[in-house]
Amino acid sequence: MSAPFVVVGAGQAGMQVCDTLRKSGYEGDLILFGDESGLPYQRPPLSKAYLGGELDASRLLFRPADYFAKHNIDIRTAQAVVAIDRSTSTITLDNGDSLAYDKLALTTGTRVRQLNCPGSDLDDIYYVRSLDDSNQLAARLESAASVTIIGGGFIGLEVASQARKLGKQVTVIEAQSRLMERAVSETVSAFYLQLHQRNEVDVRLGTGVKAIERDDGGSLCIRLSDGGEVISDLVVAGIGVVTNSEIAEAAGLECDNGIVVDEFACTSDPAIVSAGDCTMHFNGFLQQRIRLESVQNAVDQAKTAAQSMLGQRTPYVQVPWFWSDQYDVKLQMAGITSDHDEHVVRGDTAAGTFSIFYFRDGKLLGADSVNSPADHMACRRLLSGGKELDPRSAADTTINLMQLAKG
Amino acid sequence: MPKITYIDIQGEKHECDVAVGVSVMEGAIQNGIDGILAICGGSCACSTCHSYIDEDWMDKVGAPDDIEDSTLELALERKPGSRLTCQIEVTDALDGLVVHVAQNDG
Repeated sequence: MSAPFVVVGAGQAGMQVCDTLRKSGYEGDLILFGDESGLPYQRPPLSKAYLGGELDASRLLFRPADYFAKHNIDIRTAQAVVAIDRSTSTITLDNGDSLAYDKLALTTGTRVRQLNCPGSDLDDIYYVRSLDDSNQLAARLESAASVTIIGGGFIGLEVASQARKLGKQVTVIEAQSRLMERAVSETVSAFYLQLHQRNEVDVRLGTGVKAIERDDGGSLCIRLSDGGEVISDLVVAGIGVVTNSEIAEAAGLECDNGIVVDEFACTSDPAIVSAGDCTMHFNGFLQQRIRLESVQNAVDQAKTAAQSMLGQRTPYVQVPWFWSDQYDVKLQMAGITSDHDEHVVRGDTAAGTFSIFYFRDGKLLGADSVNSPADHMACRRLLSGGKELDPRSAADTTINLMQLAKG
Repeated sequence: MPKITYIDIQGEKHECDVAVGVSVMEGAIQNGIDGILAICGGSCACSTCHSYIDEDWMDKVGAPDDIEDSTLELALERKPGSRLTCQIEVTDALDGLVVHVAQNDG
């Protein structure tokens, strides 16, 4: 009997690898390792509706408990994989046991980047990555009046929005000169700055955190690099992530800001694939190497990885997309747009329903859509269908983009 | 609990008890219905929970709102009864609902 297929990491990508393997007819042994204690769950709501108490934890589960037995998936929770020995095709678990694999999938994801300023080890400093993190933060928020969020990216701003809904006094500190700087254009950043300010969030841009201290009253005092300070009951930091690629690196797999994989999700070892947030991967649609933190990437790349484990080569060529919910505003992003040399506005920025379409050398790269799902969907279809769109048509709201995309 | 019948792409019928207040999509996930993927988790962002509402139930379930209507444009084959099941909340009035799961994996 041959050794099992082993999947390390029970997040969105790991779950999808298992699902695709079984749907594709793989009938051999399949083991899924997760280092958290419960069943695999969705992370996006942890900084959104779940944090706001709008969802019960059971509604976060990808699959009910009986799914794993029904599909003969041996799920091992609260068990970390600490080493890979490629010469013997075995992994070592945190309890010292070793286990042979036939094919191995690394879906290890990321962990949060920790603050490293003086005082970053104080109590009342929170991060949002796991269900446990979100539960602890939600519990602490109940008795808090004020919260300071370090980092004006997606996680920080989603937490800010939920904390405002709960009536907390909220300050956001962002080192860059605008919000979500890494992901969206200036127009979108400016819209979100106004949105948060209108919701009475105190947004401090272009300043870092020098130190966090406990003041005499028991609150946290956040000292800023511009000389200012903020007093609040707790701090939430959303300052990015670090890939969980150490076991891959220690095993001699090529790593570069993540586990390096080709468009078939294969690592430098043909018996090992990798998918999701932890990968520095080649996307055939973008024709470039990139690392992405998104549900779309986890799911689509995991499907490719599972196919590769079965010896079927289906390249990863999907159009990246992403979303963020803040207050009652839905931001949807299609494509990768950071290299644009031209952009046009479609819709009405003042009314809060608009999209920014991005181009390079006249070619459509993607769009950020604010409360404009039709634009977002049309853009995804245009991109995946390889259809041209010129900037003037993109800006013209009398032109139906979905019809263009379908035509 | 309301009963919802999911007919999967193989044509197999699954009669399931689904709690009031969750979505028709969540009912499918909890009951392991094949073909409802729901990769965005119910945020109306992906269309992989697309199903066709049985003709007899279309009036009662109603039409999609603008956001859902746009998202449905991503569905592989849209028909008059097309809905994203993550956007339909289960109520007692939907006891007996029949939905036909669409092709969502492709």
